[in-house]
Amino acid sequence: MSDVMLQEAISVAASLMLLISFALLAQHRLLSVLHWFAAQGVVLALTTLLVAVISGHYELYFSALMTLLLKGALLPWLIWRIIRKMHVHREVEPLVNMPVTMLIALALVLISFYVALPIERMSQLVTHNTLAIAIATVFLGMLMMITRKKAITQVIGFLSIENALFFTAVGATHGMPMIVELGVAFDVLIAAIIFGLFFTHMRNTFDSLDLDVIQEKSKR
Amino acid sequence: MTLWALNLAQAALMVLAAPLLAGIIQKCKARLQNRRGASILQPYRNLLKLFRKETLLAENASWIFRTTPYVLFTTTALAASVVPVLLVDLPSALIADVIAMAALLALARFWLALAGMDIGTAFGGMGASREMTFSAMAEPAMLMSMFVMSLGAHSTNLSTMVQHALHLDHLLPSVAFALAALLMVAIAENGRIPIDNPSTHLELTMIHEAMILEYSGRHLALIEWASQIKLLLFATLIISLFVPWGIAESPAIQPVLAALVFWFGKVVLLTVALAVLETGLAKIRLFQVPEYLSTAFVLAFLGMLVHYILEVGA
Repeated sequence: MSDVMLQEAISVAASLMLLISFALLAQHRLLSVLHWFAAQGVVLALTTLLVAVISGHYELYFSALMTLLLKGALLPWLIWRIIRKMHVHREVEPLVNMPVTMLIALALVLISFYVALPIERMSQLVTHNTLAIAIATVFLGMLMMITRKKAITQVIGFLSIENALFFTAVGATHGMPMIVELGVAFDVLIAAIIFGLFFTHMRNTFDSLDLDVIQEKSKR
Repeated sequence: MTLWALNLAQAALMVLAAPLLAGIIQKCKARLQNRRGASILQPYRNLLKLFRKETLLAENASWIFRTTPYVLFTTTALAASVVPVLLVDLPSALIADVIAMAALLALARFWLALAGMDIGTAFGGMGASREMTFSAMAEPAMLMSMFVMSLGAHSTNLSTMVQHALHLDHLLPSVAFALAALLMVAIAENGRIPIDNPSTHLELTMIHEAMILEYSGRHLALIEWASQIKLLLFATLIISLFVPWGIAESPAIQPVLAALVFWFGKVVLLTVALAVLETGLAKIRLFQVPEYLSTAFVLAFLGMLVHYILEVGA
């Protein structure tokens, strides 16, 4: 493949990342949120692979593979197990309704575009124009954490922020040093397991994963 | 001169072929439901029958009610004559660009809503209010997805936009976003199944049908014909803007004939896809329609952002 084609492929992958971030926000059902989260992991792995081909950093091939296995398969599977065990796969309850959330999300994309503009002008990398999208996906993950009531959707939001940060790192600097990446990947894995335990405890103590209910009960 | 003649022929083609499209959709849906279905020429027969029948008017119908079918038909046909079907370089494209085309369709909708309220029945008013509520969300989405295409072409003239799309040699993500948004809007604007069922008379769900319940005879024929033209207009718009390959760039006989074959094939493909979609999907609840339309708007807006972020700077 030529460089132009690779560059276009990266553009497509970046816009897919943005689309998936919006899809994560727009879902009503917990299981479809999870499916989109898995899709985000796969697209992230694909992007990493593309950047690896362009830049020729061999480490990136390894981290693409690791992303695919960890974020495309293992983490979604862990969360799926939690959802199945707790029988919470009903509605996602947003604090603000969907169209308003979408409008806020669009505004966030605009802001990140504005913020990233001067950095993009300085950068010499082939991936320089994906930076705005990378920052936007971080924002959208944060928005998802803020606007959801259920603990599980918040955790998926947190994990999607991590995905977005990884995407930012790959796009802005062609990846972090291997040791950092390994550490982060391991941390996220451990975090997912701890969240699982945490959910079980919350469930046992408060009989709910809805944070409003938990707040009410802990006041008493 | 030849250009104008071709343009007129093309507009006539759009108007005359529209019932055929409706016939193909009906036939496809019937086959998919294991029925034999009526002939694909049935819509023509229906129109002919309606034109021959007596036209009844309600006692308190004003001139608005009587003129609406003609306004509806004229504006829709005029909008259809602006879209490049067979030939890129159209003289009529200078009459109206995409914004004016959307305005023509909006004018038709405005009159239809007035006529729905004019007669004073509960259904007419209800249909009009629903139609206006949803069109207030569908129109920005449609215009936004058009703007994504015109940003690349640096023009809102449809001929220029199609020409630009024809010579596009890059893979542009923004175009995909615009296409998805426009497909969603086209389904909503034409009252097809996930949004509205064109063949139902169930008062809980109908939108478009509720407004035209009182029409009969040639008035009804004109309204139905206009909605068939509108469907073909949207199909052609999508084809010309997003998959324009095969469209003629010079007004010679051979390219135009080839373009006719290409266009017809693509329209039929799109129609079959629509029939499959309508058979496979259930109508969504009325209160979910705003969410559907806002998704279309978000997609179109994302297309625009992606255009600026990824394609302008690169």
